Amino acid sequence: MSTKQTLVVIGNGMVGHNFLENIAESDIADKYQIVTFCEEELLAYDRVHLSEYFDGKTAADLSLVKPNFFEENNITVHIGDKAIEIDRENKQVISEKGQTIAYDKLVLAMGSSAFVPPIPGNDRENCIAYRTIDDLDDMMAAAKTAKVGAVVGGGLLGLEAAKALQNLGLKTYVVQFDSRLMSAQLDDGGAALLAEKIEDIGVSVLLDKNTTDISDGDKCMHKMSFSDGTELETDMILYSAGIRPRDELGSACGLDIAPRGGVVINNQCLTSDPDIYAIGECASWQEQTFGLVAPGYAMARAVVDQLADGDTLFTGADMSTKLKLNGVDVASIGDPHATTPGALVYTYQNGVDGIYKRLVVDKDSKYLLGAVLVGDAEDYPTLLQYYLNGIELPDNPDSLILPSRGDAPAGLGPDALPDSAQICSCFDITKGDLCASIEGGCTTLGALKDDTKAATGCGGCAALVKSVLDCELEKAGIEVNTDICEHFPYTRQDLYNLVMVEEIKSFTDLLKLHGTGQGCEICKQTIGSILASYWNEYVLEEDHVSVQDTNDAFLANMQKDGTYSVVPRMAGGEVTPDGLIAVGQVAKKYGLYTKLTGGQRVDLFGARLDQLPSIWKELIDAGFESGHAYGKSLRTVKSCVGSTWCRFGVDDSVGLAIELENRYKGLRSPHKIKFAVSGCTRECAEAQSKDIGIIAVEGGWNLYVCGNGGMKPRHGDLFATNLDKETLIKYIDRVLTFYVQTADRMQRTSVWMDNMEGGLDYLRSVVIDDKLGLCDQLEDQMQRVVDTYQCEWKTTIEDESKVKRFRHFVNSDKHDENIIFIEERGQIRPANIEERQLLLAEKVS
Amino acid sequence: MSYKDEWVDICSKEDLVPNSGICALVTGEQVAIFYFPDNDTLYAINNFDPFGKVHVLSRGMVGDLNGVPMVSSPLYKQHFNLKTGQCLEDEDVSVESYGVRIKDDRVEVNLTGE
Ligand code: SRM
Ligand SMILES: Cc1cc2nc3c(=O)[nH]c(=O)nc-3n(C[C@H](O)[C@H](O)[C@H](O)COP(=O)(O)OP(=O)(O)OC[C@H]3O[C@@H](n4cnc5c(N)ncnc54)[C@H](O)[C@@H]3O)c2cc1C
Ligand code: SF4
Ligand code: FES
Repeated sequence: MSTKQTLVVIGNGMVGHNFLENIAESDIADKYQIVTFCEEELLAYDRVHLSEYFDGKTAADLSLVKPNFFEENNITVHIGDKAIEIDRENKQVISEKGQTIAYDKLVLAMGSSAFVPPIPGNDRENCIAYRTIDDLDDMMAAAKTAKVGAVVGGGLLGLEAAKALQNLGLKTYVVQFDSRLMSAQLDDGGAALLAEKIEDIGVSVLLDKNTTDISDGDKCMHKMSFSDGTELETDMILYSAGIRPRDELGSACGLDIAPRGGVVINNQCLTSDPDIYAIGECASWQEQTFGLVAPGYAMARAVVDQLADGDTLFTGADMSTKLKLNGVDVASIGDPHATTPGALVYTYQNGVDGIYKRLVVDKDSKYLLGAVLVGDAEDYPTLLQYYLNGIELPDNPDSLILPSRGDAPAGLGPDALPDSAQICSCFDITKGDLCASIEGGCTTLGALKDDTKAATGCGGCAALVKSVLDCELEKAGIEVNTDICEHFPYTRQDLYNLVMVEEIKSFTDLLKLHGTGQGCEICKQTIGSILASYWNEYVLEEDHVSVQDTNDAFLANMQKDGTYSVVPRMAGGEVTPDGLIAVGQVAKKYGLYTKLTGGQRVDLFGARLDQLPSIWKELIDAGFESGHAYGKSLRTVKSCVGSTWCRFGVDDSVGLAIELENRYKGLRSPHKIKFAVSGCTRECAEAQSKDIGIIAVEGGWNLYVCGNGGMKPRHGDLFATNLDKETLIKYIDRVLTFYVQTADRMQRTSVWMDNMEGGLDYLRSVVIDDKLGLCDQLEDQMQRVVDTYQCEWKTTIEDESKVKRFRHFVNSDKHDENIIFIEERGQIRPANIEERQLLLAEKVS
Repeated sequence: MSYKDEWVDICSKEDLVPNSGICALVTGEQVAIFYFPDNDTLYAINNFDPFGKVHVLSRGMVGDLNGVPMVSSPLYKQHFNLKTGQCLEDEDVSVESYGVRIKDDRVEVNLTGE
């Protein structure tokens, strides 16, 4: 029998799962047989981004469980099975479905539940808590008929719930028990401005409302009666009035429970039983429970370290928060109410622009104790660092919140931070961790994120991570050499701008003006692509042919044996029977290997260079065009069959896919671009794995950007929802042109996005809010490319002098006799080297 | 019979593609000929790519690295010195280089490398 100890974890929520990941990665993973109980039907998912479920994210998108996590780490998980008893005497856990598991160590990670105020009628139909994906499904079902919704609770979660209701199209009310919104985090001034702003976006705020009864309404399903005699009619009620730690198992087995709920833990996260730990929202440390993930993750790390005989302790957590509600910024740091003895307060109020800022400092104005920001939270990262790291304030602390007056803003450079400064609270990454990773060679934002995980949680720390990176690189004198090669001391973006501003039309001119030497395959390919993106001239033009990358130079993909593949465009994957027959006839005539590609079209392999023009002539005569399979350009727009045939289809995905493919075909770009369009959220076209993905939903089209499959798969980010077709195309024009103008060479959209300072929000601000005033130019540029499209194969076969280039020998009509095929499964394949030598030898003898 | 020390007529100067390669058949050998119009220079090397083991070098992109004129293999992108045929990434690998010239607007190749 194994000598392993058994470790049982109750609850597979955010913190429970984080604990499992930590222990799986640790040195002590082999010491334990791990069993976990997961009450919900779904494994751990991201509650923090729960509201994005309404924007089209699926349960799979929100999942926190990496594929095969449990199998690979040998962890037994009981899904949909709730632990119902802890028998401390016999050290075993008993579950609802009848499992009895003996434990050596037990970890409680049961989270909390939404607090439902004890009001008569609180369990009526369509009265829902706001905590789980199940709750959200209930909300969506209720929203189908509901017109009015009320959220009980005006705290952080309540406001988020209100936003969700509003986005579902309901007239929304927030019903708050006391006189302030977010009363834990905001002072009166901040809360008042926040209420105004919330009203401005169309959510009604009712303050000082103590609900006494919920009963049948006259116009709506329910009537809420308040202690002041007023009433509110609503069809749906959401409870978000605080959380209740799920300590019921703990109290039933006699563990110490805190007066205000939660299983009592010490600094080691141990409960009153030395073999039982508690972490996350079900735990109470020094009579506090923590309703955020970061403290829970800190507890999880501490327990893993304790189990490994380490000495990491949990010593409390910072509860500062920042959130954005439909465009309203709010943030709160430390002690916003100035309860610390002697605390002094600075406030800045700008009624015109709707900004409120409050700084709470100690009696000598030396250290920051707290802050409130409403309307403009840009100072949050700086202020948070002052607060967390006890950095001495400048002489006039108010300069930190006053609008800068010409002279440099009083921002805090990352240089001023100690190495111990926590930069990313989601993953507890300090400045020291970042510096070590930078020193280890992670010199781009993307690499740094990948290596440290920083900025991959809530994303709130991304700007700071970037500035630490920049500062460290500068200090180390590491000039990140971004020159594309020895011939041009410029980045790809610089070169693009040079081409645009100086209206340069050929590689030779650019080399004369801004480069040295003869060039190489790197700069030629890059500049060839830039010129093609911007001017969209025929790529085999005399001026351009020598700077085309291998495949573009002959408009086909070179295969391992020096032959080529031929891929005619089949927009959206649609092809007529006659089209298929024509392709088949060409394949047969030239003896080509035929295969369906992963891009929903047909690929013909084994064409010799000298055969390409005649093959293409026949395909073009049959109505086909170049599929640009060879280009760093738009490849395919995959589609699902959509509403035309599919019983679930919401819209015509094939029609849109064809329209988009025809719009963007031929567009040259820093790397290849792939699209897909699905007719409903079942997503048969796998749009979320594409550079541009589109899904039909009831309200229009949802647009995802910057996904890819390939070596490092990345799901696209949901960029905008419920778009009409015109807006959709506008956004795609802008996103793609912006990508073409600013990305590095050979950078897919995913990596471009991961390296973009400000990420998705920034891209939205450029493309949707026109922050840079670029949108017209971006659209014009795309329209020019669309208007100048030509099938380069058609142009080629019509020009005798171009066709000449496809001869294998300039001085002979023979072909390359080293190209030899073998038959396999009824088709050709290239002979391997031994086979080739053998066959060539036979030929000679 | 040996043609080895002779200049063989290939094609007209017009058939060259500036800053790019063409391939000629010279007494059974595949020869890649590259033309740099800037300094009116020609280079000829064997067309066989020793890494991909197929005849494709004439279809590579040309240029220079640290002043050395080179072609980059279209398959796996190794560079070859156009003057000597030496691979720049692997000193054990090289391809033959040949003599090439323009005479009376005709391109001629000499396999002895004169
Ligand atoms: C033919 C095809 C495989 C097949 O038999 O199905 C294929 C073949 C090649 N792929 Fe692919 N890819 C093909 C679909 C895909 C897909 C699936 C898709 O598009 O839905 C993917 C993953 C999706 C994605 O790109 O995000 C894919 C990810 C790659 C990658 C990795 C890209 C990445 O960002 O990690 C490469 C390498 C690269 O581009 O640098 C690649 C590169 C290649 C190259 C060009 C490799 C090369 O340089 O020789 C292959 C030659 C194509 C040819 O000769 O025609 N191929 N390749 C598919 C052609 C689709 C089409 O109709 O145009
Ligand atoms: C809408 C919403 C938005 C939020 N936004 C933020 C935010 O922006 N930032 C932030 O930091 N935090 C946010 N939070 C809070 C954050 O989600 C929680 O702090 C975090 O989920 C706590 O993790 P946990 O594992 O302790 O609890 P949970 O994630 O709730 O997980 C506990 C799990 O244990 C299960 N369980 C309970 N009892 C048993 C049992 N007896 N047997 C088996 N399983 C059991 C539960 O079903 C649950 O799945 C938000 C929460 C919500 C609901
Ligand atoms: S994505 Fe939806 S519409 Fe398209 S085929 Fe699948 S189920 Fe049908
Ligand atoms: S703070 Fe959330 S990702 Fe860094």
